[in-house]
Amino acid sequence: MAEETVQSLGGAAGLGAPPTAPRRRLGARLREERRWALLFLAPDMLSVLAFTAFPVIAAVVLSFLDWNLITDATFVGLDNFREMMGDEAFWRTMGHTVYFTVGTVPTSMALALVLALALNRPLRGVTLLRTAYFIPVVAPLISVAMVWRWLYDRDFGLINYFFDIVGLPAVGWLTDETWAMPSVIIMSVWKSLGYNLVIYLAGLQSIPRRLYEAAEMDGANAWRRFWRVTFPLLTPTTFFVMVVSLISSFQVFSQVYVMTRGGPGDATTTIVYHIYHVAFELFRMGYASALAWMLFAVVFVLTLVQVRFQRRWVYYE
Amino acid sequence: MMAAQRTFGRRRVGRLTNVTLYLVLVLGALTMITPLLWMVVTSLKPLEDVFKWPPLAFQSAPVWENYREIWRAVPFGRYLANTFLVSTARTAGVLVTSSLAGYAFARLRFPGRDAIFLAYLGTIMVPGQVTMIPSFIVMRELGWLDTYMALIVPWLFSPFGTFLMRQYFLTLPRSLEDAAAIDGAGLLTAFRRIALPLAKPALATLAVFTFLTSWNDFLWPLIVTDSREVRVVSVGLTEFQDLYYTDWPLLMAASLVAVVPVLVLYMFAQRYFVAGIATTGMRG
Repeated sequence: MAEETVQSLGGAAGLGAPPTAPRRRLGARLREERRWALLFLAPDMLSVLAFTAFPVIAAVVLSFLDWNLITDATFVGLDNFREMMGDEAFWRTMGHTVYFTVGTVPTSMALALVLALALNRPLRGVTLLRTAYFIPVVAPLISVAMVWRWLYDRDFGLINYFFDIVGLPAVGWLTDETWAMPSVIIMSVWKSLGYNLVIYLAGLQSIPRRLYEAAEMDGANAWRRFWRVTFPLLTPTTFFVMVVSLISSFQVFSQVYVMTRGGPGDATTTIVYHIYHVAFELFRMGYASALAWMLFAVVFVLTLVQVRFQRRWVYYE
Repeated sequence: MMAAQRTFGRRRVGRLTNVTLYLVLVLGALTMITPLLWMVVTSLKPLEDVFKWPPLAFQSAPVWENYREIWRAVPFGRYLANTFLVSTARTAGVLVTSSLAGYAFARLRFPGRDAIFLAYLGTIMVPGQVTMIPSFIVMRELGWLDTYMALIVPWLFSPFGTFLMRQYFLTLPRSLEDAAAIDGAGLLTAFRRIALPLAKPALATLAVFTFLTSWNDFLWPLIVTDSREVRVVSVGLTEFQDLYYTDWPLLMAASLVAVVPVLVLYMFAQRYFVAGIATTGMRG
C-alpha cells in the first residue's frame, strides 16, 4: 500500500520517470527511513534502557542479596522473600496500604461522578466551580500536605475550631492512632477528587445527546436515564479511573511523610514508606528491593484481575 | 388545566432542587479552597496570632515581613532556582526525546516497530519504587549523588510523552510531509518544518505535565540529594518542619510561594491540563 502511495505521488509530481525508477526510489527511501528511525529513537530508547530496563533487572539481582552499600554484598538466595513472609512490619504496612486504598479510591470516585453529573450542565459560573474543585490537583502535594497538617492540628487547627463551634470534642487527627489514617485518607480524597472529576466530565461529554432524547421520548425519568444510559456508557471511564487510582494509591508516600512520618506508632506507615525506611534509613538494599518487587507483584495482579473482569461489567459500544 | 398545574408544580420542585444543588456545589467548592485560603491567612500572621481564635480572621495587621523572612530562614531562593533549573531541563529533555521517538513510531518504517513500541509502553507498568533503589545505586557509582545530574539525567524521557506524541502525529495528514519529501526536502526537514509545528498542542500538553510532575517531585530528590546547594523546593519545605518548633506562618508562606508558579502555569495552560488528563490519564 505504501508502495502505491509513493508511485501515485511520483506520478502526480509529473516526473515521467521510467517504470523501474519508483521501485528503486522506494528502496532508497526505506533505507533512509530506517537510518533516521535509529537516530530518532536513540535518545529515548537509551534512556529507557538505562533508567528503567537496567534497574528492573538490577532490582531482581538485588533482591537476592544482602547489601548495606558499605560492606560486600552477599548472595542469600530467597532469604529476603522468606524473611518478608514472616515480617510483621511488611504485613502491617501492606494492610495499612489496603486500608488507605479502600478508604480513598471508592470515595474519590463516587464523589467525582456525582460532581461531574452536577457540573456537566449550564449552571451559572460553572467554570469557576470546576476550577475550585480542580485546584487541589495542580497545587504541589508537599505544600498542601503542609497546610493539612496545620488544619489537623489538635489545639489550633481549623478543623477542631469548627468542631468546637458545633460542640464536638477536639480530635487528635494526626496524633490519635484511630484517626491518623482516616485523616490521611480525607486529605488524599481532597487532592485526587478534581483529577477524577475531569476524567468523568470528559466521559460524560462523549455520550451522544440523541440517546438521552430517545430515552426521554420513551418516558424514562432522570433516575432511569442515569442507570440505563449514563452509567453503562460511563463504565469504560469508570474502569480507567479505577485502574489508575488503584495503582497510584498503592504508591502513596509524600503526604504520609509530611503529615505523620508514618505515625503515630506505625498507624500510617504504608508499604512505600516502609520500602523507603528499609532502603534509605536502614540501608538494607536487598530486602528493600524484595519489598518493592512484592509491591509490583500485588499491583500487577490487581490490574490484571481488573482487566480480566472488565468484560463482565464494562460496556463497549 | 390539571396537566398545566402538574407541569407548573413539577417545574417548581425542579427549581427548588436546582437551587439546593447549586448551594451544595458552592459549599463544596468553598470547602475545596478553604485549605488554600487558610494557607494565605496563616502566612500573613505574626507567630503568636496563630494560636488565637478565630483562626480564619486577622487579629492584627498582615505581616508581609513573613515573605521576606522565608528567604533568610533557609536559602529558599536557591531552592526555587534549583527547582526551576531541574524542571526546565527535564521538560526540554522530554520534549526532545518524546517528539523524536513519537515521530519514528508514527511515521518511519523500520523492522519490529510496533513490537518495540508495545514493549516500550509496557515499561509504564513498572512502579517507581522498583527502579528507585538500583537507580540510586547507579547514581552513587557514577558519583552523581547530591548533584544536578542525579536530579535531571534519569528523567529526560517519558513513555507517556512518547505515546502522546505518537498518537498526535498519527492524526496529522500524511500528505503534507509526503509533499515535502517529493520536493526533495529530507525526512529531517519534514519533521522539523512540518510535523513538529503542527504538533504544538501535544507538545504544550507534554511540557505542562512534565514541568508540573518535576516541580512536585519529592521522593527522588529526597534520596539523591543532601546538601542545600542542590536542594529543591519540595524537600526544602520540610526544613521548616524540622525546626525545634513549627513556625506555621513561615511554613505557610514558603508553601504558598511553591504553589504560585504552578498556579500561574495552570492559568495560562488550563486547556492543556484538561486535554492531557482526558486523553492519556497523565497525573501531575
